[in-house]
Amino acid sequence: MFRPTFVLIAALFCTPVILAQDDLLDLLGKEEDTKEFTSASFKTSRVINGHSLENTAHGVLDFKINHRFGFLNGGLYEWFGLDQAWVRLGFEYGVTDRLQIGIGRSSFQKYVDGFAKYKILRQCESGCDMPLTLSLVAATNMTTLRSSELPWYSEGREDYFTHRLAYSFQMLIGRKFSDALTLQLMPGVVHRNLVSTLEEENDVMNIGAAGRVKLTKRLALNAEYFYVLPGQTLAPEVSADRMDDPNPGYKNSLSIGFDIETGGHVFQLHFTNSTAMNERGYITETTGDWLKGDIHFGFNVSRVFTVYRPKAKVTG
Amino acid sequence: MTTKHLLIAALFAAPLTLAAQERYATRTGHISFHSDTPMEKIEAHNHKSISVLDVSTGAVEFAALMKGFEFEKALMQEHFNENYVESDKFPKAVFKGTLTGLNADDMKKAGNKEVTVQGEMTMHGVTKPVTIKGNFTMEPTGAIKATSTFTIKPEDYNITIPGMVRDNIAKEITVKVQMDYVKM
Repeated sequence: MFRPTFVLIAALFCTPVILAQDDLLDLLGKEEDTKEFTSASFKTSRVINGHSLENTAHGVLDFKINHRFGFLNGGLYEWFGLDQAWVRLGFEYGVTDRLQIGIGRSSFQKYVDGFAKYKILRQCESGCDMPLTLSLVAATNMTTLRSSELPWYSEGREDYFTHRLAYSFQMLIGRKFSDALTLQLMPGVVHRNLVSTLEEENDVMNIGAAGRVKLTKRLALNAEYFYVLPGQTLAPEVSADRMDDPNPGYKNSLSIGFDIETGGHVFQLHFTNSTAMNERGYITETTGDWLKGDIHFGFNVSRVFTVYRPKAKVTG
Repeated sequence: MTTKHLLIAALFAAPLTLAAQERYATRTGHISFHSDTPMEKIEAHNHKSISVLDVSTGAVEFAALMKGFEFEKALMQEHFNENYVESDKFPKAVFKGTLTGLNADDMKKAGNKEVTVQGEMTMHGVTKPVTIKGNFTMEPTGAIKATSTFTIKPEDYNITIPGMVRDNIAKEITVKVQMDYVKM
Protein backbone atom coordinates (compact mmCIF):
# COMPACT_ATOMS: atom_id res chain seq x y z
CA MET A 1 0.00 0.00 0.00
CA PHE A 2 2.60 2.50 -1.01
CA ARG A 3 0.49 4.85 -3.09
CA PRO A 4 -2.19 5.93 -0.60
CA THR A 5 0.41 6.71 2.02
CA PHE A 6 2.27 8.80 -0.51
CA VAL A 7 -0.89 10.68 -1.40
CA LEU A 8 -1.70 11.25 2.23
CA ILE A 9 1.68 12.79 2.85
CA ALA A 10 1.27 14.94 -0.23
CA ALA A 11 -2.14 16.11 1.02
CA LEU A 12 -0.68 16.97 4.41
CA PHE A 13 1.95 19.09 2.78
CA CYS A 14 -0.61 20.92 0.69
CA THR A 15 -2.90 22.06 3.48
CA PRO A 16 -0.50 24.31 5.36
CA VAL A 17 0.27 26.19 2.18
CA ILE A 18 -3.36 27.15 1.78
CA LEU A 19 -3.62 28.26 5.40
CA ALA A 20 -0.43 30.27 5.19
CA GLN A 21 -2.06 32.73 2.81
CA ASP A 22 -2.83 34.92 5.79
CA ASP A 23 0.67 36.23 5.88
CA LEU A 24 1.95 36.49 2.36
CA LEU A 25 5.03 38.45 3.31
CA ASP A 26 6.34 35.49 5.27
CA LEU A 27 6.72 33.72 1.97
CA LEU A 28 9.62 35.99 1.16
CA GLY A 29 11.42 34.68 4.19
CA LYS A 30 13.35 36.74 6.65
CA GLU A 31 14.65 40.06 5.46
CA GLU A 32 18.39 40.32 5.40
CA ASP A 33 19.67 42.31 8.32
CA THR A 34 21.06 45.48 6.86
CA LYS A 35 24.01 46.97 8.71
CA GLU A 36 22.74 49.87 10.75
CA PHE A 37 24.90 52.05 13.00
CA THR A 38 23.46 53.69 16.07
CA SER A 39 22.52 57.29 15.40
CA ALA A 40 21.70 60.31 17.52
CA SER A 41 23.69 59.35 20.62
CA PHE A 42 23.87 63.10 21.20
CA LYS A 43 22.04 65.87 19.39
CA THR A 44 25.22 67.44 18.08
CA SER A 45 28.99 66.93 17.91
CA ARG A 46 29.56 68.55 21.33
CA VAL A 47 28.27 67.57 24.73
CA ILE A 48 28.84 71.11 26.03
CA ASN A 49 32.52 72.07 25.78
CA GLY A 50 33.79 68.60 25.05
CA HIS A 51 33.35 66.45 21.98
CA SER A 52 30.51 63.94 21.87
CA LEU A 53 30.31 60.55 20.20
CA GLU A 54 28.49 62.15 17.29
CA ASN A 55 30.12 63.44 14.13
CA THR A 56 28.58 65.74 11.58
CA ALA A 57 27.41 63.49 8.77
CA HIS A 58 29.32 63.20 5.50
CA GLY A 59 28.92 66.36 3.46
CA VAL A 60 27.35 68.38 6.25
CA LEU A 61 28.75 71.72 7.40
CA ASP A 62 27.96 72.72 10.96
CA PHE A 63 28.24 76.39 11.89
CA LYS A 64 28.75 76.82 15.64
CA ILE A 65 28.09 80.03 17.53
CA ASN A 66 29.15 79.66 21.15
CA HIS A 67 28.75 82.25 23.93
CA ARG A 68 29.90 82.28 27.52
CA PHE A 69 28.68 85.16 29.65
CA GLY A 70 30.35 86.42 32.83
CA PHE A 71 30.10 84.81 36.26
CA LEU A 72 26.63 84.65 37.83
CA ASN A 73 28.08 85.93 41.11
CA GLY A 74 28.70 89.31 39.47
CA GLY A 75 25.23 90.00 40.81
CA LEU A 76 22.82 92.67 39.68
CA TYR A 77 25.61 95.17 38.93
CA GLU A 78 27.03 92.85 36.25
CA TRP A 79 23.49 91.74 35.34
CA PHE A 80 24.46 88.27 36.54
CA GLY A 81 27.26 88.06 34.02
CA LEU A 82 25.36 89.15 30.94
CA ASP A 83 27.42 92.37 30.71
CA GLN A 84 30.38 90.28 29.62
CA ALA A 85 30.59 87.72 26.85
CA TRP A 86 33.14 85.53 25.14
CA VAL A 87 32.38 84.21 21.72
CA ARG A 88 33.64 81.30 19.68
CA LEU A 89 32.67 80.98 16.03
CA GLY A 90 33.43 77.69 14.38
CA PHE A 91 32.90 75.59 11.29
CA GLU A 92 32.85 71.82 11.37
CA TYR A 93 32.59 69.53 8.38
CA GLY A 94 32.02 65.83 7.86
CA VAL A 95 34.66 64.68 5.38
CA THR A 96 33.26 61.15 5.61
CA ASP A 97 30.82 59.58 8.05
CA ARG A 98 33.84 58.71 10.21
CA LEU A 99 36.07 61.77 9.84
CA GLN A 100 35.17 65.26 10.92
CA ILE A 101 37.35 68.37 10.88
CA GLY A 102 36.77 71.80 12.35
CA ILE A 103 38.20 75.24 12.99
CA GLY A 104 37.22 77.99 15.36
CA ARG A 105 38.15 81.39 16.67
CA SER A 106 37.45 82.59 20.21
CA SER A 107 37.51 86.08 21.64
CA PHE A 108 38.91 84.65 24.90
CA GLN A 109 42.74 84.90 24.64
CA LYS A 110 42.12 85.38 20.88
CA TYR A 111 42.44 81.62 20.47
CA VAL A 112 42.38 80.00 17.06
CA ASP A 113 41.74 76.27 17.17
CA GLY A 114 41.44 73.31 14.85
CA PHE A 115 40.66 69.64 15.29
CA ALA A 116 40.10 66.33 13.60
CA LYS A 117 37.89 63.61 15.00
CA TYR A 118 37.81 60.07 13.72
CA LYS A 119 35.42 57.28 14.61
CA ILE A 120 37.38 54.05 14.87
CA LEU A 121 34.54 51.89 16.16
CA ARG A 122 30.87 52.55 15.63
CA GLN A 123 28.15 51.18 17.86
CA CYS A 124 25.90 48.94 15.88
CA GLU A 125 22.13 48.86 15.88
CA SER A 126 21.59 45.81 13.70
CA GLY A 127 23.50 43.58 11.32
CA CYS A 128 26.73 43.70 13.32
CA ASP A 129 27.56 43.51 17.01
CA MET A 130 29.81 46.38 18.07
CA PRO A 131 28.59 47.47 21.52
CA LEU A 132 30.28 50.88 21.69
CA THR A 133 31.63 53.83 19.77
CA LEU A 134 35.29 54.82 20.00
CA SER A 135 36.58 58.08 18.54
CA LEU A 136 39.91 59.84 18.60
CA VAL A 137 40.07 63.61 18.74
CA ALA A 138 43.25 65.53 18.00
CA ALA A 139 43.02 69.26 18.57
CA THR A 140 45.36 72.21 18.61
CA ASN A 141 44.98 75.81 19.59
CA MET A 142 47.04 78.94 19.43
CA THR A 143 46.68 82.33 20.98
CA THR A 144 46.91 85.21 18.54
CA LEU A 145 47.37 87.93 21.17
CA ARG A 146 49.90 90.67 20.42
CA SER A 147 53.29 90.01 21.99
CA SER A 148 52.79 92.89 24.40
CA GLU A 149 49.59 91.32 25.72
CA LEU A 150 50.94 87.80 26.24
CA PRO A 151 51.12 86.95 29.95
CA TRP A 152 54.60 85.43 29.66
CA TYR A 153 56.10 88.10 27.47
CA SER A 154 58.37 90.89 28.66
CA GLU A 155 60.70 93.42 27.01
CA GLY A 156 63.74 91.82 25.47
CA ARG A 157 62.30 88.35 25.51
CA GLU A 158 61.85 86.38 22.29
CA ASP A 159 58.20 85.71 21.40
CA TYR A 160 58.49 82.21 19.95
CA PHE A 161 55.62 81.11 17.78
CA THR A 162 55.73 77.61 19.26
CA HIS A 163 55.11 79.03 22.74
CA ARG A 164 51.64 80.00 21.65
CA LEU A 165 50.60 76.44 20.82
CA ALA A 166 48.93 73.68 22.80
CA TYR A 167 47.59 70.30 21.76
CA SER A 168 45.00 67.89 23.04
CA PHE A 169 44.45 64.23 22.33
CA GLN A 170 41.32 62.51 23.57
CA MET A 171 39.78 59.13 23.21
CA LEU A 172 36.00 59.04 23.42
CA ILE A 173 34.50 55.72 24.44
CA GLY A 174 30.78 55.56 24.87
CA ARG A 175 27.53 53.84 24.30
CA LYS A 176 23.95 54.82 23.66
CA PHE A 177 22.33 52.50 26.18
CA SER A 178 18.82 53.37 25.17
CA ASP A 179 16.93 56.13 23.44
CA ALA A 180 17.01 57.99 26.72
CA LEU A 181 20.55 57.41 27.99
CA THR A 182 24.02 57.87 26.49
CA LEU A 183 27.26 57.77 28.50
CA GLN A 184 30.85 58.35 27.48
CA LEU A 185 34.33 58.40 29.02
CA MET A 186 37.11 60.60 27.67
CA PRO A 187 40.67 59.90 28.77
CA GLY A 188 43.08 62.39 27.28
CA VAL A 189 46.22 64.43 27.49
CA VAL A 190 46.72 68.15 26.92
CA HIS A 191 50.20 69.24 25.89
CA ARG A 192 51.16 72.86 26.41
CA ASN A 193 54.35 73.98 24.70
CA LEU A 194 54.95 76.61 27.34
CA VAL A 195 53.87 76.60 30.96
CA SER A 196 54.31 79.41 33.47
CA THR A 197 56.33 77.70 36.23
CA LEU A 198 58.76 74.80 36.64
CA GLU A 199 56.33 72.93 38.90
CA GLU A 200 53.79 72.63 36.13
CA GLU A 201 53.64 69.73 33.72
CA ASN A 202 53.65 70.32 30.00
CA ASP A 203 51.58 67.16 29.53
CA VAL A 204 48.45 67.18 31.61
CA MET A 205 46.68 63.86 31.95
CA ASN A 206 42.95 64.11 32.35
CA ILE A 207 39.81 62.03 32.13
CA GLY A 208 36.35 63.27 31.36
CA ALA A 209 32.93 61.73 31.72
CA ALA A 210 29.77 62.91 30.01
CA GLY A 211 26.24 61.81 29.56
CA ARG A 212 22.88 62.79 28.29
CA VAL A 213 19.36 61.97 29.33
CA LYS A 214 16.74 62.55 26.68
CA LEU A 215 13.73 64.11 28.35
CA THR A 216 11.43 64.50 25.37
CA LYS A 217 11.84 64.04 21.63
CA ARG A 218 13.44 67.45 21.28
CA LEU A 219 14.89 68.16 24.70
CA ALA A 220 17.86 66.51 26.41
CA LEU A 221 19.79 67.08 29.62
CA ASN A 222 23.59 66.97 29.24
CA ALA A 223 26.39 66.99 31.77
CA GLU A 224 30.15 66.67 31.55
CA TYR A 225 33.04 66.69 34.02
CA PHE A 226 36.77 66.74 33.36
CA TYR A 227 39.08 65.49 36.10
CA VAL A 228 42.71 66.59 35.97
CA LEU A 229 45.06 64.16 37.72
CA PRO A 230 46.59 65.88 40.80
CA GLY A 231 49.81 67.87 40.86
CA GLN A 232 50.01 68.84 37.21
CA THR A 233 48.86 72.43 36.99
CA LEU A 234 49.42 75.55 39.06
CA ALA A 235 47.82 78.91 38.38
CA PRO A 236 50.23 81.90 38.09
CA GLU A 237 48.71 83.67 41.07
CA VAL A 238 47.19 81.46 43.72
CA SER A 239 45.53 82.83 46.81
CA ALA A 240 46.49 81.12 50.07
CA ASP A 241 43.12 79.44 50.54
CA ARG A 242 43.48 77.68 47.22
CA MET A 243 46.96 76.26 47.78
CA ASP A 244 45.58 72.95 49.05
CA ASP A 245 43.81 72.22 45.75
CA PRO A 246 45.17 69.18 43.92
CA ASN A 247 46.03 71.57 41.09
CA PRO A 248 46.35 74.88 42.94
CA GLY A 249 44.33 77.69 41.49
CA TYR A 250 42.68 75.63 38.84
CA LYS A 251 39.40 73.77 39.04
CA ASN A 252 38.02 70.78 37.21
CA SER A 253 35.52 71.72 34.55
CA LEU A 254 31.89 70.90 35.27
CA SER A 255 29.06 71.79 32.90
CA ILE A 256 25.37 71.05 32.93
CA GLY A 257 22.89 72.05 30.27
CA PHE A 258 19.99 71.38 27.98
CA ASP A 259 19.95 70.57 24.28
CA ILE A 260 16.94 71.92 22.46
CA GLU A 261 16.49 70.80 18.91
CA THR A 262 14.39 72.61 16.32
CA GLY A 263 14.63 71.33 12.75
CA GLY A 264 18.01 72.47 11.43
CA HIS A 265 19.22 74.08 14.68
CA VAL A 266 20.39 72.72 18.00
CA PHE A 267 20.41 75.17 20.91
CA GLN A 268 22.53 74.19 23.88
CA LEU A 269 21.91 76.25 26.99
CA HIS A 270 24.16 75.53 29.94
CA PHE A 271 25.97 76.48 33.09
CA THR A 272 29.72 75.94 33.31
CA ASN A 273 32.68 77.08 35.37
CA SER A 274 34.95 77.18 32.28
CA THR A 275 35.46 80.31 30.24
CA ALA A 276 37.49 78.96 27.33
CA MET A 277 35.94 76.89 24.59
CA ASN A 278 38.93 74.75 23.64
CA GLU A 279 40.58 71.79 25.40
CA ARG A 280 43.60 73.65 26.71
CA GLY A 281 41.35 76.24 28.24
CA TYR A 282 38.53 74.24 29.77
CA ILE A 283 40.53 71.20 30.87
CA THR A 284 43.72 72.76 32.23
CA GLU A 285 42.90 76.41 32.87
CA THR A 286 39.44 76.58 34.40
CA THR A 287 39.44 78.99 37.35
CA GLY A 288 35.75 79.18 38.18
CA ASP A 289 34.57 77.57 41.41
CA TRP A 290 30.98 76.30 41.35
CA LEU A 291 30.66 76.57 45.13
CA LYS A 292 31.61 80.25 45.05
CA GLY A 293 29.16 81.02 42.26
CA ASP A 294 31.83 81.35 39.54
CA ILE A 295 29.38 79.99 37.02
CA HIS A 296 28.96 81.13 33.45
CA PHE A 297 25.65 80.97 31.71
CA GLY A 298 26.35 80.10 28.09
CA PHE A 299 24.93 78.75 24.89
CA ASN A 300 26.04 76.96 21.76
CA VAL A 301 24.02 77.27 18.60
CA SER A 302 24.57 74.70 15.90
CA ARG A 303 23.19 75.24 12.40
CA VAL A 304 23.79 72.60 9.76
CA PHE A 305 24.00 72.99 6.00
CA THR A 306 24.14 70.11 3.57
CA VAL A 307 26.89 71.20 1.19
CA TYR A 308 27.59 67.89 -0.47
CA ARG A 309 25.31 64.93 -1.01
CA PRO A 310 27.10 61.62 -0.86
CA LYS A 311 25.78 59.15 -3.40
CA ALA A 312 23.18 56.82 -1.95
CA LYS A 313 24.84 53.65 -0.77
CA VAL A 314 21.84 51.50 -1.53
CA THR A 315 20.39 51.18 -4.99
CA GLY A 316 17.39 49.26 -6.27
CA MET B 1 -10.46 5.64 5.67
CA THR B 2 -9.90 3.94 2.43
CA THR B 3 -7.47 4.65 -0.28
CA LYS B 4 -10.32 6.18 -2.29
CA HIS B 5 -11.04 8.78 0.36
CA LEU B 6 -7.48 9.78 0.51
CA LEU B 7 -7.31 10.14 -3.21
CA ILE B 8 -10.37 12.36 -3.23
CA ALA B 9 -8.90 14.49 -0.49
CA ALA B 10 -5.70 14.81 -2.42
CA LEU B 11 -7.60 15.77 -5.57
CA PHE B 12 -9.34 18.58 -3.73
CA ALA B 13 -6.17 19.80 -2.23
CA ALA B 14 -4.14 19.75 -5.41
CA PRO B 15 -6.00 22.36 -7.52
CA LEU B 16 -6.20 24.74 -4.58
CA THR B 17 -2.52 24.49 -4.03
CA LEU B 18 -1.86 25.17 -7.67
CA ALA B 19 -4.11 28.21 -7.67
CA ALA B 20 -2.52 29.51 -4.51
CA GLN B 21 0.79 29.53 -6.22
CA GLU B 22 -0.25 32.29 -8.65
CA ARG B 23 1.94 34.63 -6.67
CA TYR B 24 4.10 37.53 -7.59
CA ALA B 25 6.65 39.21 -5.39
CA THR B 26 9.39 41.81 -5.18
CA ARG B 27 12.12 42.70 -2.73
CA THR B 28 13.21 45.88 -4.41
CA GLY B 29 9.98 47.86 -4.46
CA HIS B 30 10.34 51.62 -4.61
CA ILE B 31 8.25 53.63 -2.16
CA SER B 32 8.80 57.35 -1.86
CA PHE B 33 7.08 60.16 -0.09
CA HIS B 34 6.95 63.82 -0.88
CA SER B 35 6.08 66.81 1.21
CA ASP B 36 5.78 70.03 -0.70
CA THR B 37 5.33 73.39 1.01
CA PRO B 38 6.42 76.88 -0.01
CA MET B 39 9.00 76.67 2.81
CA GLU B 40 10.61 73.35 2.02
CA LYS B 41 10.46 70.35 -0.27
CA ILE B 42 11.11 67.07 1.45
CA GLU B 43 11.31 63.68 -0.16
CA ALA B 44 12.58 60.28 0.81
CA HIS B 45 13.03 57.05 -1.08
CA ASN B 46 13.00 53.43 -0.04
CA HIS B 47 14.24 51.00 -2.69
CA LYS B 48 14.04 47.91 -0.55
CA SER B 49 10.32 47.58 0.09
CA ILE B 50 8.92 44.10 -0.15
CA SER B 51 5.56 43.05 -1.53
CA VAL B 52 3.69 39.87 -2.36
CA LEU B 53 0.64 39.67 -4.60
CA ASP B 54 -1.62 36.61 -4.74
CA VAL B 55 -3.60 36.80 -7.95
CA SER B 56 -5.96 33.95 -7.12
CA THR B 57 -7.26 35.58 -3.95
CA GLY B 58 -6.49 39.21 -4.76
CA ALA B 59 -4.51 39.52 -1.54
CA VAL B 60 -1.66 41.97 -1.63
CA GLU B 61 0.81 42.98 1.09
CA PHE B 62 3.56 45.55 1.38
CA ALA B 63 6.21 46.16 4.01
CA ALA B 64 8.91 48.83 4.23
CA LEU B 65 11.53 49.43 6.90
CA MET B 66 11.30 53.01 8.12
CA LYS B 67 15.09 53.20 8.39
CA GLY B 68 15.26 52.31 4.70
CA PHE B 69 13.95 55.74 3.69
CA GLU B 70 16.78 57.88 2.42
CA PHE B 71 16.58 61.64 2.58
CA GLU B 72 18.55 64.31 0.83
CA LYS B 73 19.76 65.68 4.16
CA ALA B 74 21.32 63.44 6.79
CA LEU B 75 19.80 65.46 9.61
CA MET B 76 16.30 65.14 8.14
CA GLN B 77 16.73 61.40 8.04
CA GLU B 78 17.85 61.37 11.68
CA HIS B 79 14.90 63.50 12.74
CA PHE B 80 12.48 61.40 10.70
CA ASN B 81 13.62 58.24 12.48
CA GLU B 82 14.15 59.72 15.91
CA ASN B 83 11.35 62.24 16.35
CA TYR B 84 8.61 61.54 13.85
CA VAL B 85 8.14 57.85 13.08
CA GLU B 86 10.26 56.55 16.01
CA SER B 87 11.82 53.76 13.97
CA ASP B 88 13.35 52.00 16.95
CA LYS B 89 9.92 51.42 18.44
CA PHE B 90 8.02 51.00 15.18
CA PRO B 91 10.52 49.72 12.62
CA LYS B 92 8.10 48.88 9.80
CA ALA B 93 5.18 50.20 7.82
CA VAL B 94 2.92 47.39 6.63
CA PHE B 95 -0.06 47.37 4.29
CA LYS B 96 -2.35 44.36 3.89
CA GLY B 97 -5.23 44.50 1.51
CA THR B 98 -7.36 43.02 -1.22
CA LEU B 99 -7.27 43.99 -4.80
CA THR B 100 -10.36 44.45 -6.94
CA GLY B 101 -10.61 45.12 -10.66
CA LEU B 102 -8.16 42.46 -11.70
CA ASN B 103 -8.60 38.73 -12.19
CA ALA B 104 -6.35 35.85 -13.03
CA ASP B 105 -7.26 36.08 -16.73
CA ASP B 106 -6.22 39.73 -16.92
CA MET B 107 -2.83 38.74 -15.67
CA LYS B 108 -2.28 36.39 -18.54
CA LYS B 109 -2.46 38.99 -21.29
CA ALA B 110 -0.32 42.05 -21.68
CA GLY B 111 -2.00 45.37 -21.01
CA ASN B 112 -2.97 48.05 -18.55
CA LYS B 113 -5.52 47.77 -15.81
CA GLU B 114 -6.84 50.19 -13.19
CA VAL B 115 -7.30 48.56 -9.81
CA THR B 116 -8.56 49.45 -6.36
CA VAL B 117 -6.89 48.12 -3.27
CA GLN B 118 -8.73 48.10 0.00
CA GLY B 119 -7.00 47.26 3.21
CA GLU B 120 -5.27 48.35 6.36
CA MET B 121 -2.08 50.32 6.78
CA THR B 122 -0.05 50.02 9.97
CA MET B 123 2.55 52.66 10.73
CA HIS B 124 3.90 54.21 13.93
CA GLY B 125 1.79 51.71 15.89
CA VAL B 126 -1.50 52.87 14.35
CA THR B 127 -3.65 50.81 11.99
CA LYS B 128 -6.01 52.63 9.63
CA PRO B 129 -8.28 51.40 6.86
CA VAL B 130 -7.26 52.80 3.49
CA THR B 131 -8.45 52.57 -0.09
CA ILE B 132 -5.89 53.16 -2.79
CA LYS B 133 -6.17 53.37 -6.55
CA GLY B 134 -3.42 51.88 -8.62
CA ASN B 135 -2.38 50.84 -12.06
CA PHE B 136 -1.14 47.43 -13.15
CA THR B 137 0.80 46.88 -16.34
CA MET B 138 1.21 43.32 -17.47
CA GLU B 139 4.38 43.02 -19.52
CA PRO B 140 4.57 40.51 -22.37
CA THR B 141 7.41 38.84 -20.44
CA GLY B 142 5.02 37.93 -17.63
CA ALA B 143 6.35 40.50 -15.19
CA ILE B 144 3.94 42.95 -13.62
CA LYS B 145 4.54 46.64 -12.95
CA ALA B 146 2.31 48.24 -10.37
CA THR B 147 2.20 51.95 -9.58
CA SER B 148 0.10 53.98 -7.23
CA THR B 149 -0.01 57.49 -5.80
CA PHE B 150 -1.98 58.40 -2.72
CA THR B 151 -1.84 60.75 0.22
CA ILE B 152 -1.67 60.17 3.94
CA LYS B 153 -1.93 62.54 6.88
CA PRO B 154 0.79 62.23 9.52
CA GLU B 155 -1.72 63.07 12.26
CA ASP B 156 -3.78 59.99 11.34
CA TYR B 157 -0.83 57.89 12.43
CA ASN B 158 -0.16 59.79 15.63
CA ILE B 159 2.87 61.53 14.14
CA THR B 160 2.93 64.95 15.71
CA ILE B 161 4.58 67.90 14.02
CA PRO B 162 5.77 70.64 16.37
CA GLY B 163 4.50 74.17 15.81
CA MET B 164 7.92 75.47 14.86
CA VAL B 165 8.15 73.38 11.69
CA ARG B 166 4.43 73.16 10.88
CA ASP B 167 4.89 75.36 7.81
CA ASN B 168 7.75 73.20 6.57
CA ILE B 169 5.88 69.92 6.49
CA ALA B 170 2.80 69.37 4.32
CA LYS B 171 -0.50 68.46 5.96
CA GLU B 172 -0.90 65.69 3.41
CA ILE B 173 2.09 63.65 2.36
CA THR B 174 2.09 62.19 -1.13
CA VAL B 175 3.20 58.57 -1.27
CA LYS B 176 4.33 56.99 -4.52
CA VAL B 177 4.61 53.25 -4.90
CA GLN B 178 6.31 51.47 -7.76
CA MET B 179 6.60 47.68 -7.73
CA ASP B 180 8.13 45.42 -10.35
CA TYR B 181 6.68 42.04 -9.55
CA VAL B 182 8.06 38.79 -10.79
CA LYS B 183 6.40 35.41 -10.49
CA MET B 184 7.39 33.53 -7.36
